[in-house]
Amino acid sequence: MNMGQLLVLLGSIILIILIIWWFFAKPAEDAVAAASDGKVQTINITVSGGYTPNRVILNKGVPAKLIFTRQDASSCFEEVVLPDFGIKATLPVNQDYEIEIQPDAAGSYHYTCGMHMFSGEIIVK
Amino acid sequence: MTIRNLFIFCLALTLPLVYSMLGGDLPGGNYTMAVLATLVQFVGGSRFMRAAWSAFKHRAANMDTLVAVGTSVAYLYSVWALGFGGEVYFEISSLLITFILLGQWLEELTKGRASKAIEKLLDLQAKEATVIKDGQTVKTPIDQIRAGDIIMVRPGEKIALDGEVIEGSSSVDESMVTGESLPIEKRPGDTVIGATINKTGTFNFRATKVGQDTLLAQIIELVGRAQASRAPIQKYADRISGYFVPTVLILAILTFDVWYLLLGASLSAAMLFAVAVVVIACPCALGLATPTALMVGTGRGAKMGILIKSGEVLEAASDIKYILFDKTGTLTEGKPVVTDLVGDDQPRLVQIAASLEAASEHPLATAILEQAELLQLKTLNVERFTAIEGKGIAAYLDDTEVIIGNRALLKDREIMLPFESEMLGLENQGKTVMVVAQAGDVLGLIAVQDTPKANAASAVTALLQMGLVPAMITGDNEQTARAIAGQIGIKKVVAEVLPGEKAEQVTAFRQRGKVAFVGDGINDAPALAGADLGIAMGSGTDIAIEAGGIVLVKNDLEDVVRAIKLSRKTFARIKLNLFWAIIYNVAGIPIAAGLFVGVGLTLNPAIAGLAMALSSVSVVTSSLLLSRSRI
Repeated sequence: MNMGQLLVLLGSIILIILIIWWFFAKPAEDAVAAASDGKVQTINITVSGGYTPNRVILNKGVPAKLIFTRQDASSCFEEVVLPDFGIKATLPVNQDYEIEIQPDAAGSYHYTCGMHMFSGEIIVK
Repeated sequence: MTIRNLFIFCLALTLPLVYSMLGGDLPGGNYTMAVLATLVQFVGGSRFMRAAWSAFKHRAANMDTLVAVGTSVAYLYSVWALGFGGEVYFEISSLLITFILLGQWLEELTKGRASKAIEKLLDLQAKEATVIKDGQTVKTPIDQIRAGDIIMVRPGEKIALDGEVIEGSSSVDESMVTGESLPIEKRPGDTVIGATINKTGTFNFRATKVGQDTLLAQIIELVGRAQASRAPIQKYADRISGYFVPTVLILAILTFDVWYLLLGASLSAAMLFAVAVVVIACPCALGLATPTALMVGTGRGAKMGILIKSGEVLEAASDIKYILFDKTGTLTEGKPVVTDLVGDDQPRLVQIAASLEAASEHPLATAILEQAELLQLKTLNVERFTAIEGKGIAAYLDDTEVIIGNRALLKDREIMLPFESEMLGLENQGKTVMVVAQAGDVLGLIAVQDTPKANAASAVTALLQMGLVPAMITGDNEQTARAIAGQIGIKKVVAEVLPGEKAEQVTAFRQRGKVAFVGDGINDAPALAGADLGIAMGSGTDIAIEAGGIVLVKNDLEDVVRAIKLSRKTFARIKLNLFWAIIYNVAGIPIAAGLFVGVGLTLNPAIAGLAMALSSVSVVTSSLLLSRSRI
């Protein structure tokens, strides 16, 4: 094996390690609590390459507004599905889209894009 | 720029590259190719780059990542080769982007068709109606109409809301909401459904349900929830999808290494194998397999008046063994009718019986009074009416005693029964038999029975052919229950079940296999909830939308058969889609990696990209075909 080939091999190994570390060893993101005035709680979720914040905390029993802003034109993010709340919505690009839910039961609820590639979490406390 | 226009733009720039690839002579040679490919890469491909970068920042990867990496590697290699004198592959990166844009454009078109069900239901909604106020007719927007308002409907007009006919009559086409193909006659007292079409006459109705309470609004809500629901089978695809793209990237690196380092292939050949691996992998096909089939299946159901509430229901319906029916009102009409008359003077027999029953509130009385009406007989005035509990009725007609009742009543009055064998025969058929006598002489017998619905037997036969075991649960006595079950073709009968015990019976059946329960949504809610699959039969606007996993808008047993067929077909389609999506990736990646070069099977990266683009389209098309399958 010549020097060039050795470099290719080394480069490949480093790249594979980086891929595994970057994609598979992702730390859990901090959950962000929705702003609440006691009557309604609101949180803005930016949709670009994922859902930011990815984990949101809602108070049980208070109606919640999830305001999705889709900045990512990729068809992957065209739809957002909240199966536990029976909601499937088409998100317009670069516009706010409000989804109202009633978080009556405590627990963790996952929502996804239309093709289930990306997901976010709603934690009801 | 829309995807369609972007595709056309990229296609126009890519065609000269293809011409060159096929041996054509392009002015400016490789440099012209570089300019064209650069435009395609940065105009057509920018959307993939941006999306891939956004995902990358979130430590995530998706199809855009694969497209961005695959095309960038081919493009950057070609730029490098242009500078250092190697072979260029500009047509590969450009063709890839063009093909993937084509795939996305087609996917957009087909996906749009798959998700049309709710829009079509919303379009059914009437915009305004003619309200009668103070004797005047006023065109009123639908959202301003309140429950209790009187609405006039002319021939050909859409009925705006749910309500009850109070004046006039007509026939109404309800097919768009209930799936019923024949027009339904409407008279005062009948209910009408909003969004259906009035055919022949003019009538007035009182609005009873408005806004979100109407049947159509409830259907729209239910279909929307169903389409947002999970199908448990999806979780396998979900589990794969998180790891899929990074794993493909690692496989591509390994492919490159094996070819370049172990097998001694040239840098360009190894690069092309790696690019082919990246661009043939299609996570979208996996992601689209379940939701598109669910969307088409539930949408088709809604059109037929079959409301499937979730993806879980589809799975439950796919391996049901027992199908339990509540008897009264589900398998039978739910009201007794006179089936047999025994006696020499039958009109007289019915007339006296009806005269006695005229003041009674017993359910059997209605059957006899309806029979008298059918025979156009008037009831006679009877006096000194006495209801004898558990036995019958006695009264006086022209100073002679007339009675209607059972054997016990005859025994009390010491009357001999001349029709003993006929009575036994009728009782053996599960019928309720009443004896009518005047002045101690028996005039004859009247047999009454709740009759099976016209299509009960054919529905049961169809279910048997589908491999299901139908069974009947009823509060009736064993003899009556068996007689009805025999007429319909049901062998398993559970009789003398108290209303509260139905759910326990469902649990008992579940020990032996998966159970579907068919009943009305109001009285049978616990049994519907206790079964693996609850099928709630409704009738018009009174459907109990909360009960059962499947709600049938109209009270038609054939819809039970159709509902199970549709559920099974939709679930089978989900499985087929997932199977092909997995097989496509499992088979496609090794071919692209050059594993079968020995047998002459290789894949140009551009063709791999085309296969990737078309695999998503084929999954959506497969789901769309559900709307054409025979149910």
